[in-house]
Amino acid sequence: MASHQATSDLETRESAWSGGGSPFAIGSKKLGMWLFIVSDAITFSALLIAYSFVRVASASWPMPFEWPSILNATIMTVVLLSSSLTMVMGVRAAKLGRSSAVVGWLAATMLGGILFDILHIREWLGLIGEGVRLFKNPWGDPQFGAAFFTLTGLHMTHVTIGVVYLGVIAWGSRRGKYTSEDVEVSGLYWHFVDLVWMFIFPLVYLMSYKMA
Amino acid sequence: MHETTEHVEGTKRTFLFVWGWLLALTGVEVILAYQHLEIKVMLGILMTLSIVKASLIISYFMHLRYERRSLAWTLMPALVFVVGMMFIAFPDSIRLLLMKPH
Repeated sequence: MASHQATSDLETRESAWSGGGSPFAIGSKKLGMWLFIVSDAITFSALLIAYSFVRVASASWPMPFEWPSILNATIMTVVLLSSSLTMVMGVRAAKLGRSSAVVGWLAATMLGGILFDILHIREWLGLIGEGVRLFKNPWGDPQFGAAFFTLTGLHMTHVTIGVVYLGVIAWGSRRGKYTSEDVEVSGLYWHFVDLVWMFIFPLVYLMSYKMA
Repeated sequence: MHETTEHVEGTKRTFLFVWGWLLALTGVEVILAYQHLEIKVMLGILMTLSIVKASLIISYFMHLRYERRSLAWTLMPALVFVVGMMFIAFPDSIRLLLMKPH
């Protein structure tokens, strides 16, 4: 009896090590994306904290955002949140096997991302037109430009890469090349981009609006 | 089969519900920003709301709530710990502010 139990234990241990299993019961693509998301979250946290550090240490931090800028940023937030909704509907459609619906939902998500980029670039051009440069601005601490443009620029880059990524997935899933798992993994990336904005919006915009 | 459809339908309502809450919390944040609160209080409330919004997105949109618990326990504490460690920098930024030559 004892030896039979010992053999069965050994078999269980060996099978776990002999491969073919899925840690956390998710596929490797999904796990890979989650690990990437955690690392990218740390990168953005470092940038956000660096931004906050420079701001706390500054005696004259510019507070340039009047109501139109805050409204613009709020609209950008709503656009991104809604694009996360369309994304999650797309993943749901993929799991239900409705491939034409998947393309529709992903296209809507991509449009949200593109709209976000357009509104953001419009804002950038406005700030640059008012004289904001990386290490110079007409209002206060010269580090404002570098901090603002680096943080929002990296985020905008992530949004743009996301739009391209979703386009590839939409195109490929239509041809049957990508599975619902691939759609779900692209969704994880998109929600992460939205997540980062949830912190940029209050820290950069709401904390720096021009008090009347 | 029927059970699967029900779960998925219920999930669609859940997504809309979460989205609604995300928009509402955003609205609260914007309104709050225009109230004349002390900076530390403002920052505390805004960050708390942002963490709530982030948790909603991670749990429901990113589906982490429905995954194996071990996945959440592997990812989240590590992230919180690393970000928390970065806060070590802030006393130095306050020092820089207070010790600026006048």
